[in-house]
Amino acid sequence: MAAPDLSIDLAGIRLRSPVVTASGCFASGKEVSEFVDLKKIGAVVVKSMTMEPWPGKPTPRMAETPSGMLNAIGLQNHGVEHFLAVDLPWLNRIGVPVIASIAGNTVQEFIYVAERLTGAPGVIAVEVNISCPNLEDRNNMFSHDPKATASVLASVRRGLEVPLFAKLSPNVTSLVDIAGAALDNGAQGISLINTVMGMAIDIHTGRPKLAGVVGGLSGPAIRPIAVRCVFDVFRAFPHVPIIGMGGIMDSGDALEFILAGATAVAVGTANFIDPQSTTKVNEGIAAYMREKGVNNLASIRGRVKVEG
Amino acid sequence: MIQQVAQILSYKKLRDDYYLLTIVAPEIAETAKPGQFVNIRPPADRQFILRRPFSIYKVNRRGEWAATIEVVFDIRGGGTAALASLRAHDMIDIVGPIGRPFAIPKTRKSCLLVGGGIGAVPLFYLAEELKGAGKRVDVLWGAQTAHKLLNPIDAKRFGAQAVFTTEDGSEGVKGRVTDVMDELLEKCGTEVIYACGPNGMLEAVTRIGQKHRIPVQVAMEALMGCGYGICMTCVQPVWNRAHDQIVHVRTCVDGPVFNGARIAWDAFAPDPGARVAPVGN
Repeated sequence: MAAPDLSIDLAGIRLRSPVVTASGCFASGKEVSEFVDLKKIGAVVVKSMTMEPWPGKPTPRMAETPSGMLNAIGLQNHGVEHFLAVDLPWLNRIGVPVIASIAGNTVQEFIYVAERLTGAPGVIAVEVNISCPNLEDRNNMFSHDPKATASVLASVRRGLEVPLFAKLSPNVTSLVDIAGAALDNGAQGISLINTVMGMAIDIHTGRPKLAGVVGGLSGPAIRPIAVRCVFDVFRAFPHVPIIGMGGIMDSGDALEFILAGATAVAVGTANFIDPQSTTKVNEGIAAYMREKGVNNLASIRGRVKVEG
Repeated sequence: MIQQVAQILSYKKLRDDYYLLTIVAPEIAETAKPGQFVNIRPPADRQFILRRPFSIYKVNRRGEWAATIEVVFDIRGGGTAALASLRAHDMIDIVGPIGRPFAIPKTRKSCLLVGGGIGAVPLFYLAEELKGAGKRVDVLWGAQTAHKLLNPIDAKRFGAQAVFTTEDGSEGVKGRVTDVMDELLEKCGTEVIYACGPNGMLEAVTRIGQKHRIPVQVAMEALMGCGYGICMTCVQPVWNRAHDQIVHVRTCVDGPVFNGARIAWDAFAPDPGARVAPVGN
């Protein structure tokens, strides 16, 4: 039997696989390429880049929690110029499609990075990270408010020719409204979810376990939250491509997201634990398709059987 | 750096608090250098998902039937407790060897190895390599109490001088490694210092080395998310070359061995493990 066709259409772009990487959980792919053939995955979503290099937060930056990890890295990155000069040429030599994740403290900073990325070779889409919980003012995250979400997306949209994905936070009461605001202002797709805000305390010292006090929870602990978010947004906008993520450890987890409504799936924290996670998820999805006689993934997208 | 599922050849409990695993890992053993580490996934338990990094204690490239590496650890929490339950023939998922190793000096001859508690682990393999390169090796192990000194018998065997300090005086000199260092450096004609242990000790050892104009290589510990350079969790505050700016450098692939003089010791957040200042105090 022929190998199943894992390719998908993501906002008009053909990807060989639905498996991509979650921003911040793969760096720019170089380290992981010691363990996996990057050409087997759909795209590398690189770590969020900012206008200038960011130093990130002090340590400790991580605390392991039940079935997950809490982090407060603070988007440490070398800045967009380094990405263009070093990371992108390397990714282009490998020949893997790139989704550039961009971040900033202000709308102006987002615009700057987006302008620098205009026409960058191999960048098939831009993911706008408006949901990092580790910025200076975490209570004013852009994705917590439909108006702020709209203003970032509309500003970034000008000039960029590639599809825009808005990466949204689960730490909101009305995710669908925020997704709607992003889509009305130039986003072609939605990435769900960023980390869930959390906190852990060392009871012996009385101090938070993270130097950043609070952080973002990732890993299998948040998967049900993420699946629900994808389900809700897919129900509201069934024709919009969704990159689903949150605690995907294996292909079974990935398929949950696809059945909930994800077009593509991003592997995040699992890369830390098993550097070969992306390709293992890929192989597992292929095995499922063979077993179930699924010809293409679009035919099962969002097909969770819900009565009524 | 490779990932493999490896078999445990043997399990041994050392003294009171330390566990020794011998792992059949020929490819890792072949290339591992002193100061490097391996990252081990705890046995299947969905509660603890991250790997645990362990310094390489010893390498045996001519094992009974395959090359092995050894790691030594103590129980810090659930993940290491799960590892302590492993026995011979169990299989573990291991990534390694990882990181920048200790540099072996070209011309300098006299090396002092300073180990704090379980921090002495990577210094055993280092001692072997230094001896093989014809260097003089002296050892200085410090710990809270006698049974937390790691393998003092072997340390005495390879150290031209072997000095032990314990905070409670139960073995060797009562006090800390830094109390005896000045004297030992003079006596041994030390030209290079290698240190591994808690940050406070590494800072103090670095300052003493600077006072004597002796370079100090420190192997640092950190909480790690991935252990191979992608997550940016394990960074250390390091001075840039101009010494006017602190940058966050990954412990896993840019360390764990650093030039002690380049670490920005004052930049550390209060030790999260310190048993001080309870709530409300």
